[in-house]
Amino acid sequence: MSDKDKPQPLLQARDLVKRFGRVTALDHADFDLYPGEILAMIGDNGAGKSTLIKALTGAITPDSGEIIMDGHKISFRSPKDSRAHGIETVYQTLALSPALSIADNMFLGREIRRADFFGRVLRKLNRAEMERIARKELNHLGIMTVQNIKQTVETLSGGQRQGVAIARTVAFGSRVVIMDEPTAALGVRESRAVLQVILKVKARGLPIILVSHNMPQVFEVADRIHIHRLGRRLTVIDPKAFSMADAVAMMTGALPPPESADPSSRS
Amino acid sequence: MVANLQSQLNPEDEGAVQRSEQDAIALLAQGDGSGKSAIIRVRNFMAMYPTIVSVVILLLSVVACGLITGSRFFTPFNFSLIVQQVTVISVLGAAQTLVILTAGIDLSVGAIMVLCSVVMGVTAVDNGIPQGVAIVLALVAGAICGLINGFLVTSLKLPPFIATLGSWNVFFGLNLWYSGSMTIMSQDISKVAPALQFFGQAVYVGPVHLTVGTFLMFALFGALWYALNETAWGRHVHAIGDDPEAARLAGIGVEGMLLSVYFVAGVICALGGWVLIGRIGSVTPQEGLTSNLDSITAVVVGGTSLFGGRGSLLGTLVGALIVGVYRNGLALAGVDPLWQTVAVGLLIILAVTIDQWIRKITA
Repeated sequence: MSDKDKPQPLLQARDLVKRFGRVTALDHADFDLYPGEILAMIGDNGAGKSTLIKALTGAITPDSGEIIMDGHKISFRSPKDSRAHGIETVYQTLALSPALSIADNMFLGREIRRADFFGRVLRKLNRAEMERIARKELNHLGIMTVQNIKQTVETLSGGQRQGVAIARTVAFGSRVVIMDEPTAALGVRESRAVLQVILKVKARGLPIILVSHNMPQVFEVADRIHIHRLGRRLTVIDPKAFSMADAVAMMTGALPPPESADPSSRS
Repeated sequence: MVANLQSQLNPEDEGAVQRSEQDAIALLAQGDGSGKSAIIRVRNFMAMYPTIVSVVILLLSVVACGLITGSRFFTPFNFSLIVQQVTVISVLGAAQTLVILTAGIDLSVGAIMVLCSVVMGVTAVDNGIPQGVAIVLALVAGAICGLINGFLVTSLKLPPFIATLGSWNVFFGLNLWYSGSMTIMSQDISKVAPALQFFGQAVYVGPVHLTVGTFLMFALFGALWYALNETAWGRHVHAIGDDPEAARLAGIGVEGMLLSVYFVAGVICALGGWVLIGRIGSVTPQEGLTSNLDSITAVVVGGTSLFGGRGSLLGTLVGALIVGVYRNGLALAGVDPLWQTVAVGLLIILAVTIDQWIRKITA
């Protein structure tokens, strides 16, 4: 993409600082996410990736620095706030309720009530509508030819559960999807399937922040790779221009970041 | 912007994506694995419809009791007796089901019930307060007891078992203190405050003798069934019992939900106190000592998991009926009450064993 139609970042962070007692988890960290891209985030354990993600989802409030969405400064006091701005997270634990149905899980916490008397006065749920939307979303992502949307989540395979969790995040007019180690708990075949789902989400134009330790997967799907080290962004690299070994070396400090790289630029 | 992105993909990539997509779909779609054995399918079925097991056990119990005791069991009189015997426990069981669905337990339901019946009786009969006001006071007392339990569980973060073990004793002690351990006689109540015995009034459905209390029980179960299955509140009750952390991440206010559940349970127990007066006629502070555990028995035998999140309210009604039929049938057959107790104990163990087996579900 040429410079003149270079888009504005959708979500940015500047100079985020977060201290836990004497530990500085975020040390003037920056972050940029562009529309429609898959941005992988890698870093050693304890580099502050999780803290950065938590700041972006409102799970923690940074001590200083700012978060900018669509060019406007915003602040999150809880995950609900970030959700209201369209930032949705697929947690590593998936945060699904095993005994509830697929449809119930997808709408957990934002159920649709009927518009008639039963809905307004007796707060009756609009089951049919929720099931219709759930089926549509799952089909759309190619996850389900599922016969029974009322099936409980515990009867699904690990990959299918991941699919339900992803479908839930993209179903609600979301603008940014954060995925935390989406394939960590899966076997090879199911990981492949989930990566395809991730590409489908991207094809819908949704940008994705992919937190992962799995280098081959990161290099396969990411457009840019954000390398986090010692509480801040070390650099952002183009996966086509560097090898996995380079990325790991930068992550661990064995290799200095490329001098030419402008961290906020888009390759 | 989407168009923009798509133009970025070069043709080869698209082909590759499409191919592997089909693999992905094939893989993720093979949901109900074809290779699953019949026994796992039975288990999944039972996990989806936990009440079925209880209903089957109920039917088997009825048939067995009928075979053993012959014609004496299948009489309108006997059915009336069973239904009346299980009414109070079913009402408490409804409250208990709500709490157990959240993976909690309420050992104080019986104590709240008796305390509320005493509040009703003492204020109406001894203090001469209008009966309507006395009933409202008792319902308020039940609500306060429930809120205390909820406070202990949500704000002080006590395990529900310990919190309600404590409140059970406190409520029961308060009940003895407030009533002076004195029974209020049935004749005194019917003279001053007949409304307190309202739920004991007879209703004849054909030859079967029921009470107003039985209809309250059915109405209560209907209302709670609706709340649990047709409203977001009910879905959230299940979700927080199933996995509280997942519920929290889904944006559910877990503390507020728990508080509301214990509150509703307290009010239902107060209703139970009202039904209890109708059932036994008098207000007796020593009544209902075993109701706490009987309500848990009804819930567990009804197929609701003590680990929370799964089960059904209607199962509790069935569970209470199973215990009622069991005791009744064994009594008619001339079995010593102590063996009835043993039988109920075995029933509980069986129910929990089945629950553990269902919970082993893996895809």
